[in-house]
Amino acid sequence: MPLLVAAATGVAFLLVPFLALAQRAPWSDLPSLLRDPIVSDALRLSVVSATLATLVACAVGIPLAWVLARSDLPGRSVVRAMVTLPMVLPPVVGGAALLFAFGRRGLVGGPLYDGTGFLLPFSIWGVVAANTFVALPFLVLTVESGLRAADPRFEDAAATLGASRWTILRRVTLPNVMPSLVAGAVLCWARALGEFGATVTFAGNLQGRTQTMPLAVFLALESDREAAIALSLVLIAVSLVVLVPLRDRWWGR
Amino acid sequence: MVGSLMLAADLDVTIGPLHLDAALRVDDGEVVALLGPNGAGKTTALRTIAGLLALDGGCIVLDGRVLDEPSSRTFVPTAQRHVGFVFQDHLLFPRMTALDNVAFGLRAQGTGRAESATAAHAWLERLGLAAVAGTKPDALSGGQAQRVALARALATEPRLLLLDEPLAALDASTRVQVRTELRRHLATFGGARLLVTHDPVDALVLADRLVIIEDGRIAQQGLPAHVTAHPASRYVAELVGINLLHGDASGERTVRLASGAELTVADPLPGATVAVAIRPQALALHRHRPDGSPRNAWEGVVSDIEADRDRVRVTLSGPVPVTAEVTAAAVADLELVPGAAVWVSVKAVDLTTYLD
Repeated sequence: MPLLVAAATGVAFLLVPFLALAQRAPWSDLPSLLRDPIVSDALRLSVVSATLATLVACAVGIPLAWVLARSDLPGRSVVRAMVTLPMVLPPVVGGAALLFAFGRRGLVGGPLYDGTGFLLPFSIWGVVAANTFVALPFLVLTVESGLRAADPRFEDAAATLGASRWTILRRVTLPNVMPSLVAGAVLCWARALGEFGATVTFAGNLQGRTQTMPLAVFLALESDREAAIALSLVLIAVSLVVLVPLRDRWWGR
Repeated sequence: MVGSLMLAADLDVTIGPLHLDAALRVDDGEVVALLGPNGAGKTTALRTIAGLLALDGGCIVLDGRVLDEPSSRTFVPTAQRHVGFVFQDHLLFPRMTALDNVAFGLRAQGTGRAESATAAHAWLERLGLAAVAGTKPDALSGGQAQRVALARALATEPRLLLLDEPLAALDASTRVQVRTELRRHLATFGGARLLVTHDPVDALVLADRLVIIEDGRIAQQGLPAHVTAHPASRYVAELVGINLLHGDASGERTVRLASGAELTVADPLPGATVAVAIRPQALALHRHRPDGSPRNAWEGVVSDIEADRDRVRVTLSGPVPVTAEVTAAAVADLELVPGAAVWVSVKAVDLTTYLD
């Protein structure tokens, strides 16, 4: 019984804020609020940048997870600790670190700007970079644990049939860890969608260019509460639309 | 005939407590069984030959091509060795149908989709699996899965086929049937075959030559009949000291040997020409004709007695030539000496039969 009470308290703690938000929502003004270009700009930017960040994270994160799970390279545990770091670091610190690395006078960003004129901060690519930085660990760790649980001898079997590394990854390894891969990509996407600290620090807050939904919500809270609530409801709706079907498919029993 | 030599492997590798140090040769068209208990290094040997594990020393040469030789820093990756591998628990790709599993190797090596599917279908048909072509592995029976795994390994037409305990994961009744089929399929497949097993019956039925391995070293090797008749050590005797008799079915449960003697077995015979395996420990020796007339009893003559500590191997001639293993006390009781006559009996359930 005390267990049930504790569990119910936990659920209530998670649910009550959403109910409070819904209770304060200006339902009748919602359609007009959502037609504001600030909302559509922010929503489009958030979805596009979170999706791009997830694609980048898959492109580098799956090979990284494979190396962590399968290879016997020295220093793997150090690499794993470094991969985990953005998960525990305050995102603002990550954004500042990104600025010193890829900013106009940054370690990499300086020479890059002098050479090509390309600048990461204050562009959508800055948003993608900030999103990827904080969301990549979710993908890597989820896929790595999936790979660790999968029997590596299927890869041996494929190799004896003459399959190249790439063929083995594409046709044997990834299909075997597909549930982890999907779960990792969804977590990664959801984390990127909600990213605030690193984005505002590194990419700035320019409407239509770097102002994502969480940034727009934060700004609206200062000036227009009703707009902030409307934006929050949209963010919640988008998250639910993505998470609920996947949850049933991959995480349900 | 140097040209007919297929695999010459001088294996030297250490994994944990196991130090494998064994020289293996498998000729073209030959089936060699690597026999030994779990942990003796059999699977390790196969993994080095397949390139799933690198040697510490020695070398592996297949068809004159060096695959692994640490001293010359040669190591050919698994995918380029053209060595087929049948795993103990079949390891069929779980998300592919039987047909896609068999076609996988051809597809991976660049054969077109349609051509691979046609070839894979032909292999499935050859192994009597056409009906399960569209079935996923988890819906196949153990015996079917193991045959699909064999088809998958054979589809790339490897020069050397490695089989790691191919029958160990099967239940007892399936095992006898799959063993018989495997023997037939191995006979039709060209190239060299190296089979690992801990079961002497598997080894005796399937192999042309036995290699007995103990703690990473070769204890004895030779033709099955020679090794079973003349085990070089107690270890080999315990492992393969098994009586193997050949005969024809003369009834549903009766086998007639060449001498005319008949043995009664517990289960219906699998075919017209059969082999019967009897463990030496299952044979009982008596001074007089045993009471209660067990169906399998005959009078033999002691031709040899070989003692090892408290166990004694008694070789018997007569209508059913066998070796029995009894205690030293029994030998004294029965006053067994070479030339002495003795009654031998064995229960029908202690006879294992399979197609010869």
